Amino acid sequence: MTEPGAPVRTDRDAAWSGPVDRLALGDVPSTAINLNVEGRRLVGPVQGFGRLWQKRYRVRLDGSTATPVEVVAAWKREFASFWPSGNRFYGPITGIAPGEVALLNLSLGARQTLSTGVMVIFADDEAFTFMTPEGHMFAAWITFSSFLEDGVPIAQIEILLRANDPLFEVSLWLFGHRQENAFWLATLTNLGRRFGSPAVPTVSQVCVDRRRQWRNARNIRHNAAIRTGIYTATHPWVLLRRPDSA
Amino acid sequence: MTETATRVAVRSTSDPAVAVIEVAGDVTSASEGPLMAAYSDAVAAGGRAIILDFADLAYMNSGGIGLLVTLLVRVQRHGQRLLAVGLNEHYRQIFSLTRLDEAISIHDSIADAVAASGEGAHR
Repeated sequence: MTEPGAPVRTDRDAAWSGPVDRLALGDVPSTAINLNVEGRRLVGPVQGFGRLWQKRYRVRLDGSTATPVEVVAAWKREFASFWPSGNRFYGPITGIAPGEVALLNLSLGARQTLSTGVMVIFADDEAFTFMTPEGHMFAAWITFSSFLEDGVPIAQIEILLRANDPLFEVSLWLFGHRQENAFWLATLTNLGRRFGSPAVPTVSQVCVDRRRQWRNARNIRHNAAIRTGIYTATHPWVLLRRPDSA
Repeated sequence: MTETATRVAVRSTSDPAVAVIEVAGDVTSASEGPLMAAYSDAVAAGGRAIILDFADLAYMNSGGIGLLVTLLVRVQRHGQRLLAVGLNEHYRQIFSLTRLDEAISIHDSIADAVAASGEGAHR
C-alpha cells in the first residue's frame, strides 16, 4: 500500500532506484577485498574533479537475431563473465536491479588490486546504469544498452565521467584512458562472442568540459587506490588468496 | 513500453534575464536535439538563468539525466544558472539520488525560481 504523500510510481518509474544516502553492501566472498563501498555516498559528474568526458563503446552483433531486450537480459544475467580476466565483479545474487550494490576488485597490474564498487541506479529492459561511490577512480554514470541499427543489434556502453580527484586525473591522462578503453573494448568483444559476432568494437570519446572542479580536489581523501594500497601493504596475505569465480 | 517524443518550448518570464524551457513528454538521450535547440533559442536572448519546467514531463531515463549534465556544462560555460521547477516527488528523488540537485536547484514555482536565480548573482 502506498504511503499518503508518497510518489506514485508507474512501471517505467520502477526502473529507477529508490533514494539512497549511504551505500550498503550485501554478503561478499571472504576472498574479496572489501573496501571503499560500505557507507560511501554516490558521486556523479557534478561531484567529480577532472575534465568531463563522454565515452561511447559499441559493438555490432553481426549475425545475431537477438532483440535488444534479449541482449540486455543476457548482459545483466552474465555481466561478470564478460569482464577481462583478473577483474572481479561481486554482484548481488538477485542480479542487476535498481538499488543493488556490487563490489569490484579491479586489477591494476603487478598483483595490485583496487577495491571499489558501483550501484545500479537504473535498469529497464533495454538499458541499465551504474553510478560510482566516493573514492572510485571516476565520478561517473555508466549506461549499458542495446538497440537496433539497420536491423542489426548493437551493444553500447556510454560513460559520462570525471576523474574523482587530482591523483586519478593525472593517472587518467598518463594511462587511464588507455586502460579504461581497453577494459570496455575487451568486455564488448566478449559480449559479441557470446552472441556469435566476430565484430571489433569501436570507441569514441569527447571532452564535454575541459574545466577541472577544484572545489572537489579534497575528494582525494577517499581515494580507493591509496586506501587499497595501504590495506594490501599492511595485510599482504590477502594478495595470496585465490579469488572466487565472480 | 509507450514512449512519447520530447516536446520543448521556450518562453520568457517576468524577469527578462530569465528564460523558461518547458520540457514535456519523455526525456531520453534522443532528446538532445530538441533540448539543445531550445537552449540555443533561450540563450540567444541573453540573460543570467535558464529554468527547466518539468510540469508536463512524462518520463526520464538515465540517458535523459546524462543529457541534463551536458546542458548544465553549456549553461555554466555561459556563466548562467540552471534551475528546475515542476518536478514531481519521484523525479525530485531521482535528482537527489544522482546528486544533480546539488547543481540544478529545484523550486516549487516559476516565481520562486526567478527570485532564486538572482540570489548570489553579484557575489
